[in-house]
Amino acid sequence: MADEPVIDVRDVSFAYGAAPVLEDVSFQVRPHELICIVGPNGGGKTTLVRLLLGLLRPGRGRICVLGQPPERARLRVGYMPQRVDHDPQFPVTAIDIVLMGRLGRGGLRKALGWYDRADRRAAWEALDMVDMTAAARQTYSTLSGGQRQRVLIARALCGGPELLLLDEPTANVDALGESRLLDILKRLSRRMSVLTVSHDLGLVSDLVERVICVNRRVVVHPTSRMTGQVFEDLYGAKQRVVEHGEQTPGGPGGG
Amino acid sequence: MGEFLEALLDPQFPLLRYALTAGLLASVAFGIVGCYVVTRRISYIAAAVSHCVLGGIGAGLYLQTVAGLARDDPLYGAIPLYGAIAAALVAAVAIGLISLYARQREDTVISAIWTIGMAVGLLFLYKTPGYAEPMVYLFGDILYLTPHDLWLIAALDVLIVVLALGLYNKFLAICFDEEFARLRGVRAEWLYILLLCLTALCVVLMVRVVGIVMVIALLTLPAAMAGQLTRQLWQMMLVAVVACMVFVTAGLALSFILDLPTGPVIVSLAAVGYLLAALVNRLRGVRAA
Repeated sequence: MADEPVIDVRDVSFAYGAAPVLEDVSFQVRPHELICIVGPNGGGKTTLVRLLLGLLRPGRGRICVLGQPPERARLRVGYMPQRVDHDPQFPVTAIDIVLMGRLGRGGLRKALGWYDRADRRAAWEALDMVDMTAAARQTYSTLSGGQRQRVLIARALCGGPELLLLDEPTANVDALGESRLLDILKRLSRRMSVLTVSHDLGLVSDLVERVICVNRRVVVHPTSRMTGQVFEDLYGAKQRVVEHGEQTPGGPGGG
Repeated sequence: MGEFLEALLDPQFPLLRYALTAGLLASVAFGIVGCYVVTRRISYIAAAVSHCVLGGIGAGLYLQTVAGLARDDPLYGAIPLYGAIAAALVAAVAIGLISLYARQREDTVISAIWTIGMAVGLLFLYKTPGYAEPMVYLFGDILYLTPHDLWLIAALDVLIVVLALGLYNKFLAICFDEEFARLRGVRAEWLYILLLCLTALCVVLMVRVVGIVMVIALLTLPAAMAGQLTRQLWQMMLVAVVACMVFVTAGLALSFILDLPTGPVIVSLAAVGYLLAALVNRLRGVRAA
């Protein structure tokens, strides 16, 4: 049971109408693995994440998340979207957003959406995991891009997930924010399986062992074999590959 | 001002007291639901629901007249309000389902329902024997408020406030990030339709005071004003409720003193309040920068 894959995708195809987005996709994610999905825009990365969350159903094939169909495993999965499309002046504090990760777990109180002491403790612990307790009472709209991403990661962590799905966690984040986020991902991967979508493999290559390359079809590579030729095949054009050095976190993007 | 207070306390002139009571009661529901409408960015949908209310009012007036209810009958005047409630709820559910699931252009279909609701109402009013007062419902007239209306407004107010505050965390979650809420097992679609129904009931509360055409302004302007000054949704609701009460009271007083129609005065004051709050917010931003 311990070696049962956290994510098991077999022969999955998906199309929006007549336009195929993913074809014959198969891969597995092992427990406590930190794995990265890369690929060009429109290649099917976000569609793959939405399939794993059960927000979309595959046209063909089978997906198992934590041994269950994705829609039944949702409460065991923490999800951080790339961005939240909300009113820019939305009056809500960081701690209130993190508490949303505790919604939907049993009992009349939860049916009404009321939080108890355990929920609040879990929210503070989640904020602590991403080093954001100091900003807990700040309004979300006043936070920087990196702080907002960390609040959304805390929201994903607050429900005690066994699997974390992160869609472009370093998008719209400055260099310092990127470096902090990568440290947090490294820490989290010791506790749970983490699958992250990234436009910039160079940033996460030190953290992940394997990379899922998505461009309608999927090829899984060990990170060490991600050469310029692999990127060229994936993106369909010559790519500039920049190695991120240890001393220059958040340097120019690679891939 | 003294003249207004005298009239307010005059036992021979209860209409002003009825209007103020209705306005203050409705302000509680308006302040709370208005904040959800503003943060969820569904003002346009709420406006469509409010205009559909005329269909129910028209049908109610027609039935009341055809049934031959006498003016001193306790139900006289109440039937159009019950019609308004029914029409508002039907419109809220229909528009909610369209905005969630329709494959047509959402704004086109909602605009169509908006105008169809008004057209049905005007046709009923046209066919109602005798004189039916469409302007009373379109622009409001406090002279038509009755004690029965006040009881109905109070009952609806309690229902709206209990539901809107009881489900606060869930409404907050769907207003901020509906997809995430759905992933946490929240029935986001049901809550969205419930929110539209609460909005529809709010419209009915104030239809006699400010009228169908302007009621949406009173629902959104105090909330938008409060949003400029607060950092959390519950604070925004509190400020919106107080602001709405102030606008209703000041609007009633001014319209009485200057002999102006009440609805437009209340809405104009709300607009001034919103502009002032936006200015204060801007100045605070400049000072902080």
